[in-house]
Amino acid sequence: MLRRLALLLLLIIAAPLHAEEVVLGLSHEEIRITTDFDGSDILIYGAVKRDKPADDSAPLEVIITVAGPSGPVTVWRKERVFGIWMNTKSVEIDRAPSFYAVASTGPLKEILSETEDLRHKISIPRAIRSVGAPLDVQDAQPFNDALIRIRENTGTYKLLPDTASLKESTLFDANIALPANLTEGEYLTRIFLTRGGAVVSSYETPIIVQKVGLERWLYELSREQAFLYGLMSLAIAVAAGWGASTFFALIRR
Amino acid sequence: MQIYLPIAEISVNAFLLLGLGGMVGVLSGMFGVGGGFLITPLLFFIGIPPAVAVATGANQIVASSFSALMAHLKRKTVDFKMGSVLLAGGLVGSGFGVWIFNLLKQLGQVDLLVNLFYVVFLGIIGALMMVESLRALRRSRTQGPVKAHRKTRGLAQTLPLKMRFRASGLYISVIPPLLVGLAVGVLAAIMGVGGGFIMVPAMIYLLHMPTKVVVGTSLFQIIFVSAFTTMLHATTNHTVDIALALFLLIGGVIGAQFGTQLGARLRAEQLRVALAALVLIVCGKLALDLLLTPSDLYSIGAS
Repeated sequence: MLRRLALLLLLIIAAPLHAEEVVLGLSHEEIRITTDFDGSDILIYGAVKRDKPADDSAPLEVIITVAGPSGPVTVWRKERVFGIWMNTKSVEIDRAPSFYAVASTGPLKEILSETEDLRHKISIPRAIRSVGAPLDVQDAQPFNDALIRIRENTGTYKLLPDTASLKESTLFDANIALPANLTEGEYLTRIFLTRGGAVVSSYETPIIVQKVGLERWLYELSREQAFLYGLMSLAIAVAAGWGASTFFALIRR
Repeated sequence: MQIYLPIAEISVNAFLLLGLGGMVGVLSGMFGVGGGFLITPLLFFIGIPPAVAVATGANQIVASSFSALMAHLKRKTVDFKMGSVLLAGGLVGSGFGVWIFNLLKQLGQVDLLVNLFYVVFLGIIGALMMVESLRALRRSRTQGPVKAHRKTRGLAQTLPLKMRFRASGLYISVIPPLLVGLAVGVLAAIMGVGGGFIMVPAMIYLLHMPTKVVVGTSLFQIIFVSAFTTMLHATTNHTVDIALALFLLIGGVIGAQFGTQLGARLRAEQLRVALAALVLIVCGKLALDLLLTPSDLYSIGAS
């Protein structure tokens, strides 16, 4: 850790200088899902390098986002029909990340302007893209809100104001916990530096999440050799059933 | 101990899975039901995606049923001939059921229809079994042992294609068992279960098979139908999670052994009352879900 920081500082001194720029470090650049995987914490840390003394007109703030692979999602709404609750209306949301966390040095509303949020799609509602609702749904907004609410409750969407820290307007870090139900893919990590609500600098890098070892092997077998995988599942089932009954017959004797 | 499931893509507690499998295994051994109607909703509850839960449930049923069947084989309480006839009907029925299921899926609302099927069938079967077995219990208490049930000349005797089912002590037409197998196959495919909870009462009340052989014979048929379902899911949807299945079935096969022991100790009438109560509880829970205002009107569906 200390060595990494030292290396970072060296980079700051050696690199050609522009305005305020981000130099980033990650505790892991790759997350390996093993059999005993139970979520993971990633520490995102770095420094701000600058060519002239910091502009003091407004305090520097840091926003860090981590977004999982995106995909379309259907949100359903139930209604009572003949006394039974059934799904009646649905809205397809074109792109919603499977995981999304926003860590910042302060409440987003105070450190990020509405226009900058629109441009960079930083806050949770902006990170979700919904083009339009079907004709039978007048207002799609409750559906978007529901998606965010449900995913916030399950811990896949997180708003973490005040969890990022910034020291001396130079060194920053944030710890983001990734849940146990992580899917594979590229988790795009973005860092924004803002001053007075405006983004002054940004940086992005992917964190690769992938299954390894037995997990990887089983997953690929189930996709590529589906018939064999099915037979293997059945063989294990029959063997376990037969094994248990033989074992119990032995200990009863 | 947490374990990450490769297909379900979720990390769950291994002991929770062992416990769930064990509980369902006990029921499977006691009543000859595969336990699909219990394990699938329980897996939903712990956060396994529905498609994975249904497919892996089928694989788990193969294991616990096989373990229970071994115990029944030793006691010679399996009617292979009857089982094969039921199976022949069952495979045709489940093919037909999958076709209906896909048709319903195109029309939407398949979840609701599956739930309604559960409520209606569990409700009818549970209520009938409860009334009948309570009456039998009361009769046996007031008049001593029950008289051997009357030999009625029902449809099973009058239809052609008669066959002797020695283990069941029956000489009946193959048409009723074929139809029972077919109907159970259709329902099983639509509801995503082995179908034991429909088959066991059907064998007792429609085919008049002796309770003693009903459980073993039903298990025999369930193993093949669920193996068929497992293969279907593994090859078309890739939703069988072998790691999840392994933990469920370790619990399941051990549970099933205890279940058969327990079942052998209870009297037939008591066994039926207990099964009826279980069926009614599950039915009640599902009915409440449909009737009560849900805590969140919105839900996220697969697209």
